[in-house]
Amino acid sequence: MRGKGWWLVGFAAFGVLMALLGLATGSVNIPLRDVWHSLFQAGSGTYDVIVLQVRLPGIITAIAAGAGLAAAGLLMQTIFLNPLAGPGVLGLTGGASLGVALVMLAQPLWATTPLPQDLLITVAALAGAIAVLLLITFADRRVGDGITLLILGLMVGYLCTALVSVLQASSEARALKSFVLWGMGSFAGMELSRLPWIVVPVAIGLVLALTLVKPLNAMLIGDDHARTMGVDVDRVRRRSIWIAGLLAGTVTAFCGPIAFLGLAVPHVGRAFLRSADHRLLMPATILLGAALALVCDLIVRGAWTGVMLPLNAVTSLLGVPVVLWVLLSGKRWAKR
Amino acid sequence: MSAFGPLMQTEELSVGHGRTLLVSNINMELPAGSLTALLGINGIGKSTLLRTLAGLHLPLKGRMLVEGENVHELSAMERARRIAVVLTGRPRTGMLDVETLVALGRQPWTDRWGRTTAADREAVEQALERSGAMHLRDRQVATCSDGEVQKVLIARALAQATPVLLLDEPTAFLDLPNRADIVRVLRSIAHGSNKAVFFSTHDLQLALDLSDRVVLMRSGEGLWQGTSAEAMHSGELGRAFSGSGVSIDPLTGTHRFLP
Repeated sequence: MRGKGWWLVGFAAFGVLMALLGLATGSVNIPLRDVWHSLFQAGSGTYDVIVLQVRLPGIITAIAAGAGLAAAGLLMQTIFLNPLAGPGVLGLTGGASLGVALVMLAQPLWATTPLPQDLLITVAALAGAIAVLLLITFADRRVGDGITLLILGLMVGYLCTALVSVLQASSEARALKSFVLWGMGSFAGMELSRLPWIVVPVAIGLVLALTLVKPLNAMLIGDDHARTMGVDVDRVRRRSIWIAGLLAGTVTAFCGPIAFLGLAVPHVGRAFLRSADHRLLMPATILLGAALALVCDLIVRGAWTGVMLPLNAVTSLLGVPVVLWVLLSGKRWAKR
Repeated sequence: MSAFGPLMQTEELSVGHGRTLLVSNINMELPAGSLTALLGINGIGKSTLLRTLAGLHLPLKGRMLVEGENVHELSAMERARRIAVVLTGRPRTGMLDVETLVALGRQPWTDRWGRTTAADREAVEQALERSGAMHLRDRQVATCSDGEVQKVLIARALAQATPVLLLDEPTAFLDLPNRADIVRVLRSIAHGSNKAVFFSTHDLQLALDLSDRVVLMRSGEGLWQGTSAEAMHSGELGRAFSGSGVSIDPLTGTHRFLP
């Protein structure tokens, strides 16, 4: 622990810087001083509308999505003791996508319900994500082998994609278009008034994830050792699953299936901290997830390159090298 | 509980998996300040007995007492404050330094966030010292050799500050000097801190030479326990391994492999 807490300060500062850059960058570049002015002395500035109405919702969405997916990835890597676990590879986002497709594409079915569409989508995505996680957990007890589990997760993901395609084939054009746009992944498109739908569940999930740091640490040296140190392993695992499902499901509901963020960010955190101690790694992962999502958002919106890119292409381009590095330095995760 | 009575004992204990009974009617004692070795051939139930004592398996029958209290009536946390366990195999730790791993042993004593106090750090320091792992404290666990990892795991269990310490084959996969080193560490822990230390092993010679007491698991006959000298001289050791192609000299305890 000694001295490593400063990394957290560094990550947070980096995140704030990226957020400010995100607010400043776009079709109109705004000086940072004016961004500051709009944020903290709003009411008169020339750029208030752009900063607060247009850009701020996207920035907040990116922060929530990055933090949520990264924390979900860390929870899954620890409870499965598998460095390649993450919301994407284990089929959580696939399950959530299926849930979202059921709501967005089969709209006539829901037209009569008085519930808001946002609520329906959230609930459907959560149900999909948690259903897949429960399936994976069940399978993990049966096979107990990391690689088999990953392949199973990929299969579940493919299955969900196939079912989504079937739904797509039989849906009307307008619903299809909005679903396809959703599927490309984006932090944009949330109005200020809809933000609580993503911010509140993610905040709850993050706080709950932080309460698990002590038992998660014990589980790093195996379930049985953790049990002999007084940890109720099954309860911690169950809670982690619900929390990971809540985080990944909520984010997927509003931002689409985002690749690699959840898997890669915890590894970046470990590489900096040189520690898997969750008391540091969990907050570090949350901060880094938010900061790196903001970096992705900047690249997506054409900062530095001037070209607009799809979000999933950017997260994959940044995430794949991290995953390859983890695979090739397999020694760091000593075999069972 | 007197300081000289057994720290842990079993009463008519039967262990096994589900319906498969492995050993029954175990009446065993682990006295304070002594190192006890658990010997027996593969598959006879050494691990199952240890895991049952550790509270990881339910006994099929009977009771186990630690400091006079029934193990299964204790909460997980109360149990963790009385019995520390080192299981076989190397934990798959990604990016964990030795000191952090050893400090995990303080979990039954720390607050809900796992914050360590000065007293906790002191206990970790002592545990590292006692197990001979002090020089490893800043190393990443993944870079340690198997023997070093074993010492680190023992330090972790020591940091838990329990009267009873159970170890499942702590010498497996180690070379001869490391095996001797580990058992010597266990012996000094038992004698130096008045703990009851119980370990399973396949190293007959090491067990006989360095442990105070021996528990033999024999197929069909239940358990035999006594001092190492008694185990040799009474011929019990020879009988426990009879028919296995190994002959054991009742005077020295040395074994020879029959062609």
